Amino acid sequence: MYDTNLVLGGKDFSSRLIVGTGKYSSNDVMRQAIEESGAEIVTVAVRRVALPGSGESILDFIDPKRYTLLPNTAGCYTADEAIRTCYLAREAGLGEMVKLEVIGDARTLFPDAQGLLEATKTLAREGFTVMPYTNDDPVMAKRLEEAGAACVMPLGAPIGSGLGIRNPYNIKIILETVSVPVIVDAGVGTASDAAIAMELGCDGVLMNTAIAAAQDPVAMAEAMRLAVKAGRLAYKSGRMGKKLYATASSPLEGVPDWTS
Amino acid sequence: MEAAAPSMGERPFVFITVNGKEMDVEPGLTVDGLLGLLSIKREYTAVAVNREITPKSDYASLKLGDGDKVEIVRPMGGGAR
Repeated sequence: MYDTNLVLGGKDFSSRLIVGTGKYSSNDVMRQAIEESGAEIVTVAVRRVALPGSGESILDFIDPKRYTLLPNTAGCYTADEAIRTCYLAREAGLGEMVKLEVIGDARTLFPDAQGLLEATKTLAREGFTVMPYTNDDPVMAKRLEEAGAACVMPLGAPIGSGLGIRNPYNIKIILETVSVPVIVDAGVGTASDAAIAMELGCDGVLMNTAIAAAQDPVAMAEAMRLAVKAGRLAYKSGRMGKKLYATASSPLEGVPDWTS
Repeated sequence: MEAAAPSMGERPFVFITVNGKEMDVEPGLTVDGLLGLLSIKREYTAVAVNREITPKSDYASLKLGDGDKVEIVRPMGGGAR
């Protein structure tokens, strides 16, 4: 079936799965899993270089010419920290597309709505393609869109929880509220969660732990690629209506008479 | 030699903090020199001195002074966990 591309920051992506690079047992497993996921966008953290400088870099395993790197501001608790991190990422040559996180609470890693909005405004004005990680709050999603966000990325459940899409109805309302792409970020635990997000009509799914923490990350990456594709196709196909009682699929006429 | 009069004359070292680690370096050391000293690759690396991001074009000219706080970063594994 013909499908449109996911467009972010003026770039076209045929894959609707975005993957992270954390928590892998080795860089080699990470490389294989990302390859198998079919993702074209890969998110990376920006962190202090270990001293003295070690030779190995994550970019020895992820070819920046092949993948679009998406630096994230994970670990930032204020708009100021997040904005500075984005500038650092840009200066490092990681581009202008950023996954913006402003965390409000260490235990839940829920976003700080106020800081997120402030950072989105500033970064969008400075020419960044801002992809904010937000609550599943339709009003906040609208505010972020107005602030210049390139998409909104509501959480399905807390980061790293694997609890799935806890409030599909809010995600549905967000989809009806904003005109920018909606990408579920965080909470996906297994393939059906990704499929549900896509069946709701989301434009994409971003995940890390669901793949990295699976027993076989490479196989799970394949499962996620297929789930995102399947969910998308199901959404585009227009599912049947739900009914409480049975409706026979076979004709009711022409049934042989076995009565004696 | 005593470091009693810091305002006057040559001092043997400049004390800086790099990624949270205290270091003493030679006076006049530039950002470029520091990266060389620590064998840090330039590609996909960014530097901030005292919270201000240092453009790559300034690496060769920006000299580090006493008390400067240097942050050197690069992409690492991480994501929506």
